[in-house]
Amino acid sequence: MGEMEQLRKEADSLKDQITAARKAVQDTTLQEAVAGITVVGRVQMKTRKTLRGHLAKIYAMHWGTDSKLCVSASQDGKLIVWDSITTNKVNAIPLKSSWVMTCAYAPSGNFVACGGLDNMCSIYNLKGKDGNVKVMRELAAHTGYLSCCRFLNDSEIITSSGDCTCVLWDIETGTEKTIFTGHQGDCMSLAVSPDFKFFISGACDYTAKLWDIREGQCRQTFGGHESDINSIGFFPNGNAIITGSDDATCKLYDLRADQELITYQDSGIMCGVTSLAPSLSGRLILAGYDDFNVNIWDSLKAERVGVLAGHDNRVSCIGVSSDGMACCTGSWDSFLKIWN
Amino acid sequence: MAEGSRDQGGVGTTDPEEDSPNMIVYRKIEDIVTRIQDEKAGGVAIRTVKSFLSKIPSVVSGADIVQWLMKNLSVEDPAEAIHLGSLVAAHGYIFPISDHVLTLKDDGTLYRFQSPYFWPSNCWEPENTDYAIYLCKRTMQNKARLELADYEAENLARLQRAFARKWEFIFMQAEAQVKIDRKKDKAERKILDSQERAFWDVHRPVPGCVNTTEMDIRKCRRERNPHRVKKSVYGVPDDGQSQPSPIHSSSQPRKPTKEDVQKEITFLNIQLDRHCMKVSKVADSLMSYTEQFMEYDPFVSATDPSNPWIGDDTSFWDLEASREPSQQRVKRWGFSLEEALKDPVGRDQFLKFLESEFSSENLRFWLAVQDLKRRPLQDVSARAQEIWQEFLAEGAPSSINLDSHSYERTSQNLKDPGRYSYEDAQEHIFQLMKSDSYARFLRSNIYQDLLFARKKVILKSLFLFFFYINLHSSISHNCLFL
Repeated sequence: MGEMEQLRKEADSLKDQITAARKAVQDTTLQEAVAGITVVGRVQMKTRKTLRGHLAKIYAMHWGTDSKLCVSASQDGKLIVWDSITTNKVNAIPLKSSWVMTCAYAPSGNFVACGGLDNMCSIYNLKGKDGNVKVMRELAAHTGYLSCCRFLNDSEIITSSGDCTCVLWDIETGTEKTIFTGHQGDCMSLAVSPDFKFFISGACDYTAKLWDIREGQCRQTFGGHESDINSIGFFPNGNAIITGSDDATCKLYDLRADQELITYQDSGIMCGVTSLAPSLSGRLILAGYDDFNVNIWDSLKAERVGVLAGHDNRVSCIGVSSDGMACCTGSWDSFLKIWN
Repeated sequence: MAEGSRDQGGVGTTDPEEDSPNMIVYRKIEDIVTRIQDEKAGGVAIRTVKSFLSKIPSVVSGADIVQWLMKNLSVEDPAEAIHLGSLVAAHGYIFPISDHVLTLKDDGTLYRFQSPYFWPSNCWEPENTDYAIYLCKRTMQNKARLELADYEAENLARLQRAFARKWEFIFMQAEAQVKIDRKKDKAERKILDSQERAFWDVHRPVPGCVNTTEMDIRKCRRERNPHRVKKSVYGVPDDGQSQPSPIHSSSQPRKPTKEDVQKEITFLNIQLDRHCMKVSKVADSLMSYTEQFMEYDPFVSATDPSNPWIGDDTSFWDLEASREPSQQRVKRWGFSLEEALKDPVGRDQFLKFLESEFSSENLRFWLAVQDLKRRPLQDVSARAQEIWQEFLAEGAPSSINLDSHSYERTSQNLKDPGRYSYEDAQEHIFQLMKSDSYARFLRSNIYQDLLFARKKVILKSLFLFFFYINLHSSISHNCLFL
């Protein structure tokens, strides 16, 4: 008992020191620093395409790097690859388990991955020899549901799980290369840095963590949210992160200043944030909420500058294409919409 | 509350059910609903409205609710107030008295407040037996307002088939409920009946309406007591019919072990052992980044040619793919070396420039290492050796200039080659290119010509020059024949 007490004391003392270090660099707040710039003008986006085809709640979507193809996963047990311009289904992949919670598109465009309550990450080869899409690998080792997965390249993928860990896999051998432990609650979401050297994870312990992929270490931890962090993303410059939580707020944390810079909230917003994505410049943050809307925030001034209303049920996932041209939202109403 | 420990995150609540995302929303709504009903504290006036032959007790108009929301929650846009009010209605806290669809309208439509007994925060998960009792008792009472809607009649028929063997029991319970209801005062009954109906509108919604009691399955799993006895709306004892959901598993909360705390201490030390940048600097960096890229952000600035999604004109993408970069695109290469290398055309142009200076080995090394990091594991060892031979070995054909420290480290790494064997060397070379060749690239003709679209002008003038020469010579040529 005595040793545990001592360890806790040490941990608390370190936390206090970190807090002090953060305060020491707080020579201003982001709000003060941006006082001189004007809010971005009202952003009005329209639905340009509606992707119909799923028969149940959509839980996840991910853009391909060509900004035209995207993949979506639904509880109807299907993974669909869409040509979002023509709204045609390029592939409709039936899944073994219908309780799918996440999907990802490889940067090369050769693979898609998905997973969910089966605790596995299944990799599908889209460019098979005979044209059929088959399971290429099943990555099984997690002891909890798969909440999110992201490819680093065709040979490596990172997954986050309800077992509170994130794992870096080698797809060829199907083995875990690195296990990232440290979260004390289900990991709900992850995002990879633009230079592919780091990734961030948001969890049900209300914290976000920055991990060094190569070293396997947690470099930084960010708190402040009052409930589960459902969604996380990198600011386009790679030096800041954004989180969305059940406490109905989004927060911007800076990695170099090691602290929260600003919170995006409004007394009129009561429902949790399910998903978020920054625009190409990072000036806008699009966040999907449980109240069926997407709110668009001016990331620097922390003001709402637009609303996307069009779904008839919760917005569960959102993504901005890599050329920044379009935003795709997926919902429990079984539709995906493309906006800009 | 100690800022320090809170800041590092903590899951402190004792009751996990209080944590559930729906519960968080319920508490917020209940706060609003309590305030809005408090007439003394500026709430809406709840009154009895005279209708044709009867009085409608305890109602308020949709417009009044919208007004209150706008005034008390500082909502400027009435559409937003309606959206918020509809959320409150969708969860069953207010309901229209003459409709099953739970939305808020900004007009004279009359609404009533739900009784706290039926509030969703009481964790009702009403069984079909309760629903059957409810529908059954409605058919027993000869009142026009209690007539079943089509979908309710269908539901009743289905339930009768499902509960065929225990229908007598359900019938008896329904009769008992009717007896209880009869004892109540007429006005009170009107109110209670409507509240009961609104309760069922939430838990058995009209087909096509959203079921707001649904929870994200990822959050469902954390319920601590999924096998608890579910309470019945009508006090019917649970006969063990409720099946435990396949999703729920008895996930015991993990108590942090000594190893957990030790690991946390390691992480905290890593975090402490880093240089914190001033917030003012960081803020400036964010502002300048967004400012620089806002002209490239299609959501903020109009694109040229137009956004392919608007108007179905794909010329923007055709241009991107055509390897003929626009001036705006070329300008972006000048923001940083990272931006130049991100764009395949930028990469090619930088390579071309370096080749003209006979110093392309640095970039080629950098690109080779990037490629190495993406190779399948089985190819890594061989490829790493190839890179060594090409760029770093004694007498290498594309010898790069590494400081002795990085050279030593890299050759050590190669004893056990892996994806990150060249990480240090790559970083060193990147910094070299950034501080030396990149700056010269930006000043070079290759870059400047593209940036100011000079090539086209030169070609044009050359073309015109030769055209006139030809014209002149052909005229003189023709003159000879005259």
